[in-house]
Amino acid sequence: MSPNGSHPVAPSGNGSEPAAASSVGAGPGSALGSGSSVGAGPGSALGSGSPGADHLRPGGALLRVEHLVVEYPAGSGRCVHAVSDVSIDVVEGETLGLVGESGCGKSTTGKAIMQMPRPTGGSVVFDGTDLTGLRGEALRQQRPRLQMIFQDPISSLNPRRKVRDIVAEPLEIWKIGTGQERAAKVDEVLEAVGLDPVAVGDRLPHQFSGGQCQRISIARALVLEPRMLICDEPVSALDVSVQAQILNLLEDMKARYRLTMIFIAHDLAVVKNVSDRVAVMYLGKLCEVADPDTLYSAPAHHYTTALLASVPVADPSVRPGLLEDALRGEPPSPVAPPSGCRFRTRCPRAEPRCADEEPVLREIGAGHFVACHFPVERPDYRPTVAGPDSTALAER
Amino acid sequence: MVRIGRSRGGGDDLVAVPASETSSEPAGSPGLGASAASPASALHKGPLLEVSDLRTGFRSERGLVRAVDGVSFSVERGRTLGVVGESGSGKTVLARSIMGLLPGSRVVREGSVRFEGMEIGRLSGDAQRHLWGAQIAMVFQDPMTSLNPVVRIGRQITETLRRHLDMDKRRAKDTAVALLRSVGIPEPERRLEQYPFELSGGMRQRVTIAIAISCGPKLLLADEPTTALDVTVQAQILNLLGDLQRERHMAMILVTHDLGVVAGRTDHIAVMYAGQIVEMAPTATLFSEMRMPYTEALLKSIPKTGDPSHTRLAAVAGRPPDLVEPPAGCRFAPRCPYAQDNCHREAPPVQTDDSGRHAWACWYPVGTPEGTAALERNLSAGRPQAVMSVVARERTAEPFAGASAHDDQGAGASRPLGAEQA
Repeated sequence: MSPNGSHPVAPSGNGSEPAAASSVGAGPGSALGSGSSVGAGPGSALGSGSPGADHLRPGGALLRVEHLVVEYPAGSGRCVHAVSDVSIDVVEGETLGLVGESGCGKSTTGKAIMQMPRPTGGSVVFDGTDLTGLRGEALRQQRPRLQMIFQDPISSLNPRRKVRDIVAEPLEIWKIGTGQERAAKVDEVLEAVGLDPVAVGDRLPHQFSGGQCQRISIARALVLEPRMLICDEPVSALDVSVQAQILNLLEDMKARYRLTMIFIAHDLAVVKNVSDRVAVMYLGKLCEVADPDTLYSAPAHHYTTALLASVPVADPSVRPGLLEDALRGEPPSPVAPPSGCRFRTRCPRAEPRCADEEPVLREIGAGHFVACHFPVERPDYRPTVAGPDSTALAER
Repeated sequence: MVRIGRSRGGGDDLVAVPASETSSEPAGSPGLGASAASPASALHKGPLLEVSDLRTGFRSERGLVRAVDGVSFSVERGRTLGVVGESGSGKTVLARSIMGLLPGSRVVREGSVRFEGMEIGRLSGDAQRHLWGAQIAMVFQDPMTSLNPVVRIGRQITETLRRHLDMDKRRAKDTAVALLRSVGIPEPERRLEQYPFELSGGMRQRVTIAIAISCGPKLLLADEPTTALDVTVQAQILNLLGDLQRERHMAMILVTHDLGVVAGRTDHIAVMYAGQIVEMAPTATLFSEMRMPYTEALLKSIPKTGDPSHTRLAAVAGRPPDLVEPPAGCRFAPRCPYAQDNCHREAPPVQTDDSGRHAWACWYPVGTPEGTAALERNLSAGRPQAVMSVVARERTAEPFAGASAHDDQGAGASRPLGAEQA
């Protein structure tokens, strides 16, 4: 995806016209440099002038999450800071990959967008409506447009109901169509996800493999034709061969039903395969946001680098995870997260400043944001502040 | 390596490639890989573990489920064998059969598993228990269910030490602390007092590894040890297993569904499908000269960080076969992109390369003229298995408007930063 095409900058600078910002790596349009609030221009429709939300793109995102906070009580007056001030936006037709270790808050973010449970703070604006402000029936009316699929396909299906009934239930709840129309719709989605409605319709979930159950839950999510699909680790419980089938299927479904997706996973290779933009989370905060090609070829956050070093590579000539790069230890407790940068306790480059001052997401390349005081330096990577005659342009 | 039916009494079946090869050679020479001289092998010469024509089946209402169906291989001291396959390929049952962990009247077990020359199946209950833990240890996939939830970590480690090594309480405790430290657990003294639920998944798996290595086993069976863990923790645990193995000169069988996990960490790889080993080779050879279409399919279905996003993945069509009535010919034929008519009728013989180390069972092997011709025939006939495997590596339709601009500029231009991450 072209960072300039899809991440228009606030019209406060001189390079807001896409024509002027045609370069891939470092166009003038993004030369607003680090620290300047990209989304805070007077022209930005939903401008978030606050720090930490610079990476939000102005204008009509289908979903715009700002300063999302989710906290759970942890007893004795303490609380679990599951998600702390996370802002993300998803443009219509885009797939946002959300990646991080267990406990980083990625699934909680997905659920908080669905208002299950309701976030402690922040706003979730979906198609112009702030879901956090809705109650009861008004919120319920929004639900069919936002659907979710889960990690464990078998436990997310009712074991005592037939496949056809499971998929038809959303239609019944919303009283959509006549019985015949519903049956036809169910057949259509089942076929779309690669199941033969005649053969599978009257069977129970336990008669299917994990991959097939995931197909059924995708069918159930799609039967209401939602605008947005949130996939929470949809392939983590599957074999690689089945994983490939499901990933291909999700791509097909995205095209067929014009879906906008949030894809949550811990496997970076999987996330890259389906995403148009990737956000890396660590301990409830965003560390880095970029388009996949940039993020994977030039990660700027030390956490992203470590995550990439941990991915097993199916090539015997690649020596696996050098200890230096691979991440040591485990994330600290979200009950008492470290001060300043939350990654500093495991970061190879941490300095005193990291403990005192929390790094804010800032732009270091076109559409490439990182929350780090000392991002990974790459001699071949010229930050956008260098202006239009960057190496990226010169190379072309 | 092996096909059922045939390896029984048939000398021509070249089977058990590494096994037969090693048994005819002096100890310390290459068997499953060039083995280093092993100091501990004074008593027994030859491979540490020899499995020949092992079959494990489960009696069910529908008939015998042949989970492991004629598997042969051997493992030298200090070496690592990776066993790779999908769910249901029989790899876990294989690991448990080796260990003798599948008791019960519904289990039918045939064939031979020899550990240092001893037939494990013929050992008495007591002798078998002595073997477990002390000589052969196992690490399971789910560290929560393999630890006792109501017993403190300390007792779970010292139990093994006191039983097998006759340590007194104090020494066992000191050893437990040392063990926890060696598997990278911070504050080991405090951990001894904790219960499994107080630890994270990665920490729990470290504890099970500490228990497994506590008596210095000669063979460690690791059954999907990292499947339940995050990539970062997975890398840590795999590095840990590799380090421990080198330090202790321990042989290991690493069972997994992910070729990426075994690629850089094993000496040999055996690929299992439907209860049988369908390809076996030294790790580097397997990746460079892969012959079995199933191995190729497994490898191609893995998404790679180096590929551009929205790369369509090569999926394997269908599912593994029913093990009660496996297909008559090659068991992979119904899903195979290369399959021809005879594949469905006749089981392919086992073939080897010139070195005798690389064995596969296929009529139309990958990378051979016959294989290439077979695949082309299937493609021109529009067989879905073949099409699915090749459509791959093209980008899926670009549904995202913003993303289409990317294509206009070409994949090369979109990545001016070079430095491909591997």
